[in-house]
Amino acid sequence: MLTKSTHDIAASFSRRGVLAATAGLMLGLASISGAKAADDTIKVGVLHSLSGTMAISETTLKDTILFLIDEQNKKGGVLGKKLEAVVVDPASNWPLFAEKARELITKDKVSVVFGCWTSVSRKSVLPVFKELNNILFYPVQYEGEESERNVFYTGAAPNQQAIPAVDYLMKDEKVKRWVLAGTDYVYPRTTNKILEAYLKSKGVAQEDIMINYTPFGHSDWQTIVADIKKFGSAGKKTAVVSTINGDANVPFYKELGNQGIKAKDIPVVAFSVGEEELAGIDTKPLLGHLAAWNYFQSIKSPENEKFIKAWQAYTKNPKRVTNDPMEAHVIGFDMWVKAVEKVKSTDPDKVIDALPGIEAKNLTGGTSKMLPNHHITKPVFIGEIKANGQFDVVWKTPGLVAGDAWSKELDGSKDLIGDWVGKKCGNFNTKTNKCLGSGS
Amino acid sequence: MLANLSARLCSLLLSLFLIAFALPAFAGPFEDAVAKFANDDYSDTEEAIGVVASSGNPLAFPIISALQDGRLMADPDSKKVYVTGADGKSIDAATGQSVASVPDSASAVRLNNRLRRSVDAAVGSLTLQSPDVGTRLQAAQSVFKSHEETALEAVNAALAKETNKSVKAALGDARAAILLFKSDATEVEKLEAVATLKARGDQEAMALLTGMGDQPASVTKAAASAIGSIQSSLAIWSTVQNAWYGLSLGSVLLLAAIGLAITFGVMGVINMAHGEMVMIGAYTTFVVQEVIRTRYPGLFDYSLLIAVPLAFLVAGAIGVLIERSIIRFLYGRPLETLLATWGLSLVLQQAVRTMFGPTNREVGNPSWMSGAFELGQITITYNRLWILCFTLAVFAILLAMLRYTALGLEMRAVTQNRRMAASMGIATSRVDALTFGLGSGIAGIAGVALSQIDNVSPNLGQSYIIDSFMVVVFGGVGNLWGTLVGAFTLGIANKFLEPVAGAVLGKIAILVLIILFIQKRPRGLFALKGRAVEA
Repeated sequence: MLTKSTHDIAASFSRRGVLAATAGLMLGLASISGAKAADDTIKVGVLHSLSGTMAISETTLKDTILFLIDEQNKKGGVLGKKLEAVVVDPASNWPLFAEKARELITKDKVSVVFGCWTSVSRKSVLPVFKELNNILFYPVQYEGEESERNVFYTGAAPNQQAIPAVDYLMKDEKVKRWVLAGTDYVYPRTTNKILEAYLKSKGVAQEDIMINYTPFGHSDWQTIVADIKKFGSAGKKTAVVSTINGDANVPFYKELGNQGIKAKDIPVVAFSVGEEELAGIDTKPLLGHLAAWNYFQSIKSPENEKFIKAWQAYTKNPKRVTNDPMEAHVIGFDMWVKAVEKVKSTDPDKVIDALPGIEAKNLTGGTSKMLPNHHITKPVFIGEIKANGQFDVVWKTPGLVAGDAWSKELDGSKDLIGDWVGKKCGNFNTKTNKCLGSGS
Repeated sequence: MLANLSARLCSLLLSLFLIAFALPAFAGPFEDAVAKFANDDYSDTEEAIGVVASSGNPLAFPIISALQDGRLMADPDSKKVYVTGADGKSIDAATGQSVASVPDSASAVRLNNRLRRSVDAAVGSLTLQSPDVGTRLQAAQSVFKSHEETALEAVNAALAKETNKSVKAALGDARAAILLFKSDATEVEKLEAVATLKARGDQEAMALLTGMGDQPASVTKAAASAIGSIQSSLAIWSTVQNAWYGLSLGSVLLLAAIGLAITFGVMGVINMAHGEMVMIGAYTTFVVQEVIRTRYPGLFDYSLLIAVPLAFLVAGAIGVLIERSIIRFLYGRPLETLLATWGLSLVLQQAVRTMFGPTNREVGNPSWMSGAFELGQITITYNRLWILCFTLAVFAILLAMLRYTALGLEMRAVTQNRRMAASMGIATSRVDALTFGLGSGIAGIAGVALSQIDNVSPNLGQSYIIDSFMVVVFGGVGNLWGTLVGAFTLGIANKFLEPVAGAVLGKIAILVLIILFIQKRPRGLFALKGRAVEA
């Protein structure tokens, strides 16, 4: 029997057979969701890429949600029902995000979705969430300039990460000259636009700002690092504000180290480099470079220590690191559970109305609150990279910072606010007292 | 007499007693400063560094250098500070007395970048007269960087005694830097300083000259002319630098493309899984380093040498397997080959992702591949230099193999005219498998080198596949020399465009140029001629 089936496989291993087999294998890998129908559970959608370029960052977030659901179920679930995760793989493919979101809502009938990493994937699923009226929790720091009824932004807005970081460099390191280096897409471009306006408002001259964009996955940093070195030798203290994303960071830091640029000469403050990213780098040359986040694994608080312990036990890996977007999911998940328990229903309309005002403990010892603009309050920390791949907090904001949906630094958005409680509007103009609506 | 003696003994004992107790009881500015290290407050630490470094106390150097290496431990409860040595022995930083052990509640005094700069400056001025030449040179350089007035005396003293030529020059630069910023230095001294910096002629000298602030008119004028001459010499160096960066980028392109030049160029297989062979080579390096790290840490510097043959064998074996199981059924059907190898590349990526996880894996640089050296005014990093040498070596070996070995002859025969080669008794299918295996193996070797400059992640190959095809097509399909010239042409063109147009536009410009070029010469730079072309 065994021999026969082996023969069959061998026979089918010809020309088109191979293609078909390959395609079949791909399908098999892609659809690990396995949606089981069970009416006595509340379904939670997980929309994070498990393959493709973004898998490096998003796989951990999927694990985080599975972990949180597991913990919640141990406590008896929500409203007396168990939570059930429905995991899909949008494969780092932006249009596929929209398709998978539709599948989660219409076919699997999930009550809420935790997902997305890149802004383009969030923009791609937005129309689906609006049309089908469901809830998305988005856990990553982003460029702002958005406030949607169906989306809750638990990551940092620019005023909760970029601006405090620049303030720190200006005050503590006395930086006078700025390199804004980023990957060429919407988040770095918008963030740098905001930062440029902010720096100019603080009296920094145009010639003291250098803006540089590189393609995704850029690996040859020789010219740019040499340019930074040159820009930094104008007799003024220089720093690099990096919105370089993902894979491009490793060769960037390697080149900095090899060309001998130390943090004490030209510090780099990064908005996309966390514990997870450092796990793949030899951190010795990076000592003293900075990152700005709302959470660091090294922060000592009873909540954080408990979380790290439980997470490492859940993943059966005592070295597994935690990072900022994970904490955002922890807060978001907690807020959703509280909102559902408050209105005793998972109906999206009721939960959306209940969420603003809900408070949840963050892992750094404070309490974050969901604001009417669907952003949350967060503390901001500046951490220095240590030799063990962790961060040493060198500065933090005195209190929690409320997330601005619309940047106060940009001409087009400084009069806008998002308010889904009073005004029922995501882009309300406080000057003209009008809601711009979804058309703009 | 006896009474006298006993009285003297008594007074001696008393004074000894007094000395023994007076030392710790006497809390001078030095002891106060040392205690500040225990406050875990950056501005207190900064103050303490300043006081300790200028105290002249023999403990100053041990304390500051311990602070620099993270060996200065402070106990926040008792406000005691300890210097721990590499040998495990510790002393009390305030008194210099050795202590049995540092309490568990003590932790290393933390630094930030601002403090690291003051520590470097302090260590610099304390070690200007160290017996070791390297330390003196480093000290002079850090004083040059910090150029604080307080160090001037120490620099002058060191300069008078210094005999080593390069240290003397560095001290001279440091002195010039200090004088330039010293408000009460004479005009003559300042003009001399400008001349010294002009002779130094690098970016750091220019940084000092541009940032020196208000100066007498004659000094400002001299500085302006010095800046002008430094700028024009740096402009020439920046051209040299671009050329070097171009060669380096070209070597990476060549290394990534060289395997494809065999599988696609020589055999004509549109091999979309080529990048994954590179990735497999990089993961082989990772596995080799893991084994070395856990079992034989002493061999770490040889890890790449061990990984090269292994990566060749692993990637080559997978290549042979792919050729035997898939590609041999698809010869002469480019579209199906393209689709099958593309599907295969996805399968390989996901397989690696499942085995090793989606996150980057850390591949370390051996010591001989880290750092850089200065050549004139440009910086050459060792990893790029070694990759260039390695690429050229691989290219030469491959060329020699195709030219002088029996297998090379058979390969050329089969790819030029398959039927005739078969008639001459060459086992063409065996040669096909070996050729594909060779191309894949070389891609694996490329992976070893690329693991040194790029991420080791399942996506590693994807970022090189387009560039590799670009190089092979541009250079001329089927011609190894074409691949060489193509890679270096594209590398250098890219690096000269990048400073002008930026990384994103530069890349687009290169692609547009290639499209235009291919319109004119569809067969690339070095077109094959003769009957082989039609086959």
